[in-house]
This record gives sequence, C-alpha cells and structure tokens, in this order.
Amino acid sequence: MGSRLKLFLPLALFIVLALFLFRGLSLDPKAMPSALVDHPLPEFTLPGLGEKRQLSRDDVTGQVAFFNVWATWCISCRVEHPYLQQLADWGVAIYGINYKDEDAAALKWLAELGDPYRANIADREGTLGLDLGVYGAPETYLVDRDGIVRYRHVGVVDERVWTTILRPRYLALGGAVAEGGVQAP
Amino acid sequence: MNRSMLTFVLLWLVSPLALAVIETYEFSSSDLEARYQQMSAELRCPKCQNQNIADSNAPIAQDLRKLLHQQLEAGASNDEIKQFMVSRYGEFVLYRPRFSGATAVLWLAPALLFICAALVVFVSLRRRGRSLPDSALSEADKKRLQGLVGNTEKGS
Repeated sequence: MGSRLKLFLPLALFIVLALFLFRGLSLDPKAMPSALVDHPLPEFTLPGLGEKRQLSRDDVTGQVAFFNVWATWCISCRVEHPYLQQLADWGVAIYGINYKDEDAAALKWLAELGDPYRANIADREGTLGLDLGVYGAPETYLVDRDGIVRYRHVGVVDERVWTTILRPRYLALGGAVAEGGVQAP
Repeated sequence: MNRSMLTFVLLWLVSPLALAVIETYEFSSSDLEARYQQMSAELRCPKCQNQNIADSNAPIAQDLRKLLHQQLEAGASNDEIKQFMVSRYGEFVLYRPRFSGATAVLWLAPALLFICAALVVFVSLRRRGRSLPDSALSEADKKRLQGLVGNTEKGS
C-alpha cells in the first residue's frame, strides 16, 4: 500500500508546483508596497511653489488629503491632470508635490491647465521625494488626519482608479467629498 | 589604413562600456570606492524590474548613486545605508535580503532541501544494502550454492 502511494508522489509534487506557478501568473511584479504606509509623512521644510513662505509638514496635514507627486516633464501627469481638477471640484483635498521641476514651468502649467492643488510644495532637489520613496511621477499618497500615510498609488489617477481604489479608502478615513465624487459619475 | 581600422574596432568595442558609466565620483579613499562598487551592485533600482542601481540609467538610480556616494563620504556604514534605503523603498531595494521572518524561508530552504535529499539518499541506500542479500538468492539457491561450494572444497 505504501509503495503504491509513493507512485503518486511525482503527481503531488507537480500539483504543488503548478499551484505556485499559477499563483505567480496573477501576481503583478511591478506592485511594490510603499515602505511608508502606516508611517507618518516625512518632516520637511520646503518653499511653496510660487510663494515666499516655507511649507512644513504641519502646514499641510490635519485633514484627510491626497499628496500628488507631479512635474512638468512627466507626461502621465498631464494625462491625469484633468481628473485631478475634477476631484478638486468635488472638494477632494489634494496637495501637490512639484518634484524636481522648475518653478517657472510649473507655474505656467498651473496657469494654463488649472490648479487642483490646495498648495504646492516645491521639491526642486527631490529631497522630499526621496524621503517618501518616490521612484517616478506621478505618484499619489493618501494621508490621514494625523499625518499618517495610508496608501500610495503609482501611476495615473483616473476614474477607474478613483472609484475602485482611492475613493473607498478616502471615504473610510473620513475624507470630505461633494455629491458628484461619491456617486460614480 | 590598418591602424584606422583597428582604432575603429577598438572604439566600437569600448563604446558600450563608455555608455555604461553614467557619471563618475571622486572618492577620498580606494576603500570607499570599493564599497561604492559593491553597494551599487547590490542595491536594486526601484523603478526598474531587475537592474541594480549601478547598471540603470533611470533618474531614480542616478539619485540613489549620488546619495550612496554622499553617505559613504559622510562615513555611514553599509548597514546604515541599507537601512536608509529600506525605510524609504522597502526590502525591494536589497538584492541580498536580510534575514527576517519574511525571508527565513528564502534563506533556509536550500539547506532544508539539501538535508531532505541527503536523508532520502541515505535511507534508500541503506535499504538497498540490507535487502540485497535476501533477494539475490532464494532459499533453494542458497542450499544449492552451499552444496556446490561444499563439493569443490571436498574436491580440492
């Protein structure tokens, strides 16, 4: 009996291996959890874009908000910009982190395309980006009332991302949004 | 003519290498430079799927090389630099993951598999060694062999 069961050993091994490989097919190798999730937003003191005043962590935290890392050299940022404007019109709190950019170009962009941001942090050297673990724009961080990073989305924010990923998390944290933003448009 | 051909071929061979070196840093000691080479080969570029920061020309890899150089010159230890990177980019950046609960399987599996294989080989060899004398000759054959051996011994 024992030796008969042994004949099934290769089959069992094959099934285990196949299960692992099958699981591997549906994994996204690009998915990289942010090391900052559930950690506070890093401290910083950086100038506001187009402003004389310095912004620090305390100036931009205190409510549930998104922090959108963008730059004028980033093509995908241009793609997501109209949707960010839409979210801002719904009352969603969005702060901008202007990442390794030139102030003049960034201000021109905002003047031409609209400004969905409550404030913009001018991260010219990318130091805040480094502390956040940014590896490419656009990235969007969801930060709660206490200034703790709760989620990081890499890539364009569009309607699908908003309704399936960001909105549920934003609302769960008690984020403010007008009627249009709650119901799928 | 020959010489210019040779120059051309040499340049052609060298150019990929020249492109690979994206920027150069001055180091205060050759020890630091060696550590820079080693660390930049072991740190993974967060943007790229499978490249270390030494080989990648992604902007983020460039930033991390600059940072690595700064930290080495500032006297940070390898572990401190790794901790700095991991706290920002996660374990993902380490090509040589540290031993922890999550990576225990990764580190221990080869040794465990080797022990398992050695046990299987050991047990099956022993079993074969024990069962051979029994199965090779039946009782009747043994008697016959004894009879034959006995005969020759008498005959000699």
